[in-house]
Amino acid sequence: MFPMTTTTPDSNTLTNDGLPPQGDGRVLLIACGALAREILDLKARNGWDHLDLTCLPAILHNHPERITDAVREAVAKHRAAYAEIFVVYADCGTGGLLEAACAEMGVEMIAGPHCYAFFDGVQAFAERDEFTSFFLTDFLVRQFEAFVWKPLGLDRHPDLRDMYFGHYEALVYLAQTDDPALTTRAQEQAARLGLRFERRLTGYGDLAETLQGWASRG
Amino acid sequence: MSDEEDDIILSELNDDELVEQMWDDLYDGLKEEIEEGTNILLERGWQPYDVLTKSLVAGMTIVGKDFRDGILFVPEVLLAANAMKAGMAILKPLLAETGAPRMGKMVIGTVKGDIHDIGKNLVSMMMEGAGFEVVDLGINNPVENYLEAVAKEEADILGMSALLTTTMPYMKVVIDAMVEQGIRDDYIVLVGGAPLNEEFGKAIGADAYCRDAAVAVETAKEFIARKHNQLAAG
Repeated sequence: MFPMTTTTPDSNTLTNDGLPPQGDGRVLLIACGALAREILDLKARNGWDHLDLTCLPAILHNHPERITDAVREAVAKHRAAYAEIFVVYADCGTGGLLEAACAEMGVEMIAGPHCYAFFDGVQAFAERDEFTSFFLTDFLVRQFEAFVWKPLGLDRHPDLRDMYFGHYEALVYLAQTDDPALTTRAQEQAARLGLRFERRLTGYGDLAETLQGWASRG
Repeated sequence: MSDEEDDIILSELNDDELVEQMWDDLYDGLKEEIEEGTNILLERGWQPYDVLTKSLVAGMTIVGKDFRDGILFVPEVLLAANAMKAGMAILKPLLAETGAPRMGKMVIGTVKGDIHDIGKNLVSMMMEGAGFEVVDLGINNPVENYLEAVAKEEADILGMSALLTTTMPYMKVVIDAMVEQGIRDDYIVLVGGAPLNEEFGKAIGADAYCRDAAVAVETAKEFIARKHNQLAAG
């Protein structure tokens, strides 16, 4: 659906280190590393040269209690160098703390509970109410070992699987790109977790629309 | 913790050594060793309640502290919990027979729309270890499940858990329903779960937010003691 048009750092770098800003553009997007590919693709595709991007390490996804402070620090660090800053995070498990922090700092963020929701479309995601589904995106399929398998200790203790996933029914792969290789991997990952597999080609969902809005204002 | 487990014969250790070894085994999630240690202490005439508190609960408290300090992570805690559960399965019927102290009764469950129960299960286990009777409603509980259970079980405490930002507001639905029915003050309401915080607990009208299982136990004990004091004073 959306062939990649830009080169991005490899997934491991985005997971652990994030991405520094390029230093050009008057508007800065502070994003989760898990969104770097999609944002850079939209930026190239739309010619948003006035937007710069920096990413925090995507692995913060597994430590939502650290996200709010990390975003606060990034905003404080870059504020003076840009005319405007936008935060490309949803709530991401911060329990509303990120939203409160962004409001306090006067910066906008993405609506919705998670990237799953805005890729799927926040409203559609809420209406589906799939609370027995475990979601993966392109990035999370690529980084399944680093985000799911190893941190849950399943590489060392596969017998713990049902304690984590026993109440889930399906693994839903929300695909940003139509990539058969990623689909195969996601299918295998569903099997490893003992879950029914479902794939939904979402493209960039609400992310594209939100960035479009921000880009046109910046 | 130690690489020498294979060389240690539990039955040859004296009581103090065995208890310390059980702490290590619990830390390492060694279920069979915990079962063996539990049985040895019972055979030596230990009261089930002492086995529970001095070996299992004390050992799990170390695990809890190291989890809080970022030394241990969720998988290790789960393995330790499984080991403790195995020991408790031996002790549970004996505890009922031997009249172990009863702290109070808790109804606990994960809220509607949420299927996550790892934290809740740890709280249930540690509350049982601390002498509370626990009625676990499982996952995905609508308001009526909670209200029926607290009434039927004549519970002292209602515990609610949520892992999602989208489901945690449901706790307020439950508390509001309790207020509406005029029963809110009949129960101690404790809430927990990763995205929650103290402010949220206050805002929804809970008695306390508990950041982990150990805090839940301490908070529950504190509130129960307060309740007893109030009754005594009244």
